Amino acid sequence: MSVEDLKEIMEGLPPAILPAIAHWEADAEQLTIQVEKGALPMLAGHLHRKHHARLISEHVADERREEGCFILYLVLILPRDKGVVTCLAEIEPLYGSFPSITSEIFAANWFEREVQDLFGLTAEGHPDPRPLMLYDDWPADRYPLRKDFDATVPIPRVPSHYAFKRVEGEGIFEIPVGPVHAGVIEPGHFRFSVAGEPIINLEIRLGYVHRGVEKLSEALPYAQGTFLAERISGDNGYSHSLAYCQAVEAAAALQVPERALFLRTVYSEMERLYNHMGDVAGIVLDTAFTPGAQMAYLLRERLMGLNESVSGSRFLRSLNCLGGVRRDIDHVASLRINAFLVKAKLDFNDFKMKVLGMPSFLDRTETTGVLSLEAARQLMVVGPVARASGIDIDVRRDRPYAAYKDVSFNVPLHREGDVQARFLVKCEEVYESISIIEQALDQIPAGPISVHMSAVPEMLARFSLVESHRGELMHWILTGAGCPHRHKVRDASFMNWPALEVAVPGNIVPDFPLVNKSFNLSYAGNDL
Amino acid sequence: MTSDLSHLSGELKERAKKVLGRSLAIREVDAGSCNACEVEVNALSNPVYDIERLGVHIVASPRHADLLLVTGPVNRNMEIPLIKTYKAMPEPRIVAAMGVCAISGGLFKGSYCCHRGVAEVLPVDVFIPGCPPRPQAIIQGIMEALDMMEAKRQTERPKGILP
Ligand code: SF4
Repeated sequence: MSVEDLKEIMEGLPPAILPAIAHWEADAEQLTIQVEKGALPMLAGHLHRKHHARLISEHVADERREEGCFILYLVLILPRDKGVVTCLAEIEPLYGSFPSITSEIFAANWFEREVQDLFGLTAEGHPDPRPLMLYDDWPADRYPLRKDFDATVPIPRVPSHYAFKRVEGEGIFEIPVGPVHAGVIEPGHFRFSVAGEPIINLEIRLGYVHRGVEKLSEALPYAQGTFLAERISGDNGYSHSLAYCQAVEAAAALQVPERALFLRTVYSEMERLYNHMGDVAGIVLDTAFTPGAQMAYLLRERLMGLNESVSGSRFLRSLNCLGGVRRDIDHVASLRINAFLVKAKLDFNDFKMKVLGMPSFLDRTETTGVLSLEAARQLMVVGPVARASGIDIDVRRDRPYAAYKDVSFNVPLHREGDVQARFLVKCEEVYESISIIEQALDQIPAGPISVHMSAVPEMLARFSLVESHRGELMHWILTGAGCPHRHKVRDASFMNWPALEVAVPGNIVPDFPLVNKSFNLSYAGNDL
Repeated sequence: MTSDLSHLSGELKERAKKVLGRSLAIREVDAGSCNACEVEVNALSNPVYDIERLGVHIVASPRHADLLLVTGPVNRNMEIPLIKTYKAMPEPRIVAAMGVCAISGGLFKGSYCCHRGVAEVLPVDVFIPGCPPRPQAIIQGIMEALDMMEAKRQTERPKGILP
C-alpha cells in the first residue's frame, strides 16, 4: 500500500474524531495516529467497519519515566495487507483507565482483560472484566508489567472467587475439567454446562501456565532474547524466535543476508511440517482410528529426526540469531532433505487415503465443531482455523517475510469450518510446505548466513508477524537500552481460543477432544 | 540410535518387571512448561518408542500412579494443582523433574511467578536433564526412578496397611 492510500484513510475519518487527533504520520509501512483516549472506540470502530481492519494487538507500555504516562497501542491491519494502522493513546497514571473498545471490536476482549491484570489500568465499559492471566488469588495492588514492580517482594495469595457463567435449568449440570488433564497436555480449565450429552455452554479458563515471559524479556539482552522466544511455546518456538529476530532487526535497520532468508524459510516450513503431522494424527486418533493415527505419528517422529540431523535439535532450537541463522544447510544435507521429502510425501498420501476412506472418520468429523464464517470474522481468528472457515489470510503471502516472496505456493481454503475442514486445510498445507522447502533449497543463493548485529536505537517501536503452524503470531518490541523496554508477544492461540468456546456448544461431550484437537491451540503461548 | 534404543528398552522392561511385578504407572503434570517437554513425553507413545510395550503406562489419574513426572519451573498458578496431584498419589511415590525448567527454573528463574524448579515444592527423586530431554533420556530417567522405587519400597511401608 502506498502512502497515498494511507493518507486517504485519514481524509475519510468522520469529522467527530478529527478534534481528538493530536498527531498522525504515514510512511510506506504504516499509518500512526495519536489520538485522545476518549476517541479510541470511535476510531477503532470506524477503521473496523469502513476499512475491515483486523485487530492484531492491543497493549500498553509503561512510559511513565519517558513520557509521564502509560501508552496504549492498538495495532490494526487492513485486509490483504493494505498496510498497518497503529493508534496510540496516552493514559494518565492518575486516573489509570481507558475506554474499552470491545463493544466495537469484539476481539479486543481478552487483550483488555490482560492489560487490566498486568498493568492495573481499568478498561471502562468492558463487558467482562474478570481476571485473565493472573490467577484469582493475585493481590489487587501488584501489577507485574509496571516498571516500578518489585519482583523481590513476595506476592501473597489472597482468598478470592472466580465466577464462572452459570447455565440454569432442568437437567443441566456442570462438568469441570482441568487444570490437570487425563492426557499429557498443557493445563487449562474447561467448564462445560451440559444437558445430557449435548454441550450447552463451554467456558475456558486459562492462565495456568503464565510464567511472566514479557517481564523476563525486559531484562534479557537482545542476543539472549531469541532463546526466551523459543521457549514461549515450545512446538512453534522457531516461529517465535524468528518473529523476535525480525522485530529487533527492523529496529536496527539490519539487512539479513539472502542465504539466511532462504534458510529461515526452510526451517519455518520444517517446523510446520512436523507440527501439522502431529495435528492430523491427533485428529485421527480422537476419532478412534488408531492405526491411521500411528502412520502420521511415525512420520512426525521421522520429521523430528530429520530436524535433528539437519539442525542438531528435534525442535529446531537455537537456529535463529540476530542478523541471520546459526546453522547452514550444505549440499549433502539439502540432498538428504529432498530425498526424505519425496518419501514422506508418498507416505503421507497413503495416510490421507486410508483416513479419508474411513466412513467412521468422515462421520465423526463432518459438521462437528463448526466455526461459522461470521463468528470467525468477529473473533478475528487466524491461521488454519481461519482458513477452514473461509477467511483467506496467510502472513506468508500477505506480508512476505524471509524468502516467501521468492517461492510460489497456494493458500488452501475451505468454507465448512468443521473439524474435517481444519483437517483438510492442514493436510493440504503439508504438500505446500514440502513444495516450499524444495523450491527454497533449489534456489538458495550462496553467501554468508549471518551478519554482525548493529546497535539497536532506543525507544523505537517495531513489530513483526510470522505465520506459525497455528497461524499469525506477533512480536512487538519497544526498544530500550540493550534490552526491550516493552516486549509484547501475541501467539496465534490468543486469537483462536475464544473461537473454541463458540465452536463447541451444540456438540456432544465426547466430541470435545476432537474439536479441541482440530484447533490445537497452545496454552503456554497464550498464557505467556 | 536404534540399537541404543532397543538396548534401553530391554533393560527398562526387565527392571519394571523385577521391581513392580507389573507396569509402572506415570502421571505427568505440566507446571509451567513451554510444551516441548510434553511433546517429548507424548513421543514416548509413538510407534518408534512405544513404551507401553515395555510395561510403562501413562495414566489419567494420580490415584493410579507410581511416578509423578513434572515439567516446567512450577509457576504460581500450577503450584497448588501440582501439590494436590502429588498428595492424591498412593505411597511409595517417586517424583521426577524433567527438563531444565523443572530442575532449576531454567530461563524462567527469577520470574515474578515461577519457582526455581520442582525441588522447591516437592521432594524430587530423579532429575532428567535436557531442554527438552530426548525420549531416550526420559526412558533412562524412568529406569533411575525404578531403582529409587525399589529402595523406597524396602525402607518405607505404605501407610494404612498393617505390617
Ligand atoms: S525444559 Fe526446555 S523444553 Fe522443557 S519446558 Fe523448559 S524450556 Fe520447555
